[in-house]
Amino acid sequence: MSGFAKPLKIALGLIVIAGLIVVPMNFNRYGLFILSQWAVMTIAAMGLNLTLGYAGQVSLAQGAFVGIGAYAAAIMTTHGWPLPAAIAAAIVLSFAVGWVLGYPALRVQHHYLAFVTLAFSTLAFLVFRNESWLTGGIYGISNIPRPHVFGIATNKPLPFYYVCLGSLAIVSVAVWWLIRSPWGRAFMALRENPLRAQSLGIDTRRYTLMAFAIGSALGGVAGALYAPLTQYIDPVPFNLSLSLDLLMMVIVGGAGFYFGPFLGAMIAVLLPEWLRFTEGYYLMLYAIAVMALLIWSPTGILGILDRYMAARRTKAASALRAVAKSRLETAQ
Amino acid sequence: MSNLFDLLVAGLATGAIYALVAVGFTLLWQTSQTINFAQGEFVMLPAFLMLAAMHVGAPFWLAIILGILLSMILLGLAFKMLLVDPMMRHGVLPLAIATMALAIGIKEAVKQFFSAEASPFPSIVPTGDISVLGHAVSLQSIGVLVVAILAVFGLTTLLNRTSLGHQMQAAAQNPTVARIIGVPVERMILLTFLINAFLVALASLLITPIYLAKFSSGEVLGQAAFIAAIVGGFNQVRGAIAGGLLIGVLDNLAASYVSTQYRAAVPLIFLIVVILFRPQGLLGRAEERTV
Repeated sequence: MSGFAKPLKIALGLIVIAGLIVVPMNFNRYGLFILSQWAVMTIAAMGLNLTLGYAGQVSLAQGAFVGIGAYAAAIMTTHGWPLPAAIAAAIVLSFAVGWVLGYPALRVQHHYLAFVTLAFSTLAFLVFRNESWLTGGIYGISNIPRPHVFGIATNKPLPFYYVCLGSLAIVSVAVWWLIRSPWGRAFMALRENPLRAQSLGIDTRRYTLMAFAIGSALGGVAGALYAPLTQYIDPVPFNLSLSLDLLMMVIVGGAGFYFGPFLGAMIAVLLPEWLRFTEGYYLMLYAIAVMALLIWSPTGILGILDRYMAARRTKAASALRAVAKSRLETAQ
Repeated sequence: MSNLFDLLVAGLATGAIYALVAVGFTLLWQTSQTINFAQGEFVMLPAFLMLAAMHVGAPFWLAIILGILLSMILLGLAFKMLLVDPMMRHGVLPLAIATMALAIGIKEAVKQFFSAEASPFPSIVPTGDISVLGHAVSLQSIGVLVVAILAVFGLTTLLNRTSLGHQMQAAAQNPTVARIIGVPVERMILLTFLINAFLVALASLLITPIYLAKFSSGEVLGQAAFIAAIVGGFNQVRGAIAGGLLIGVLDNLAASYVSTQYRAAVPLIFLIVVILFRPQGLLGRAEERTV
């Protein structure tokens, strides 16, 4: 993105934000639900992008953390706790479980790590389904209340959409800050070359666990918003396919790019809806679109943009070199 | 005791099918670093191809041959040329994601073009029981075991005893050197994709009469084969076979001795333990680090 001039980027960002606030005002109930879902899934995908895209640790368990957050929020808010407390609990719980799940990453990497997290994901689903004293089992938890924000009830779809959007904004700023902090740099060092990172004095052990824990905590936040969004949860949405979907979002958007999860979640949540007019074919077309995109650009949508920018930069740089060279020659 | 014997036989029969699927899975991994998340759907699809062939009037034996040939073209040739070849250079993860999308695509296509309902599927072995050591054992279990053992035996003979098999192993272990000594590596990789397609078609033929043909039946099967491959050893054919049998037996024992709710958890916990303490698998050899 660095190819654009800074004022242009700021203007573009403001237009997008204003659009997200103003345009949905006359959306119907379903449109607002889908858009809120996009915001929630973006938060979860941003967490996975931290773990996978920045720190290079493959995780197929992000869906399980969305589930953990959702159940924590559902159980607490139906017992009279306010949503912020439930979100805090979801963060702490997901962070702790994510930290523990990070331990296998200290031993095994890449596809083995993917399999361990995959197994965890399915185990979490079994717990959601079977521990009915806590989670309601297959009947789930219904009548999950929506919060009052600054005294305004968010029972209607539009106010709750703003809750989701506001949460997305807070998470976005936090992640933006995090990846520019020394921690973010350490994560990237871990991804690029763990051996060198270690020899430079980075505690790779701690940062690996941190990458898992923070990424998982964001999954928990997404879950804690998902529960009041749907107002009813059962185990089915949190099975392995949610983890796979989230992974797909990150890769399709562009792993390791800040804006990757926004685009990836857009494709995974909105594209199937746009394809609804094709009726039974919409998921098939979606699958074909994802495969075609990955064949075209394995680094995702932002990978295309990145390559284009890099090509332009090298062109500009070689032009500058040519100019500099001719200046040198005339000076002689 | 009789109960345990029945469980073991049933477990070995399902395990033999898992083994077929897991062997194909490891072959793809070895020759082309493809983690095929659509492997379960690959098993689900051939049964529907055979059903379609019977629907237009082919007799069962012809439908089987057509189904196997079609799946070798679609799941072997087309899968490799259209999806794997363009993406192989770009690392493991994007390709794995693309196969996830492929899994969704196959499932939806079957749901849309065939049926969302489960369809019955004829069995190649007659139903009924025979008596083995004083126990009634279903002919189906025995048929499945025999066919699976023959297939695995044929494959290991091909890999270990023939020049073609040695060339395939060379192509998998060190493509660069294999190319230098004149092994047609590209053709060998294609061959493994065709073998995988054949194995999944065979597995489909064996398992569908038991579990019915349904668009979603690949999910459970794919995961079981996946676990079998890892538990046994990701880089060994014999590992995948052992893993398949082990998971099949474990699954069946867990179903009757652990709570039915948590039976699915047993293979998973086993998987986690194996990965953490013996990541190369029970029979696998350690992979060389590339650092």
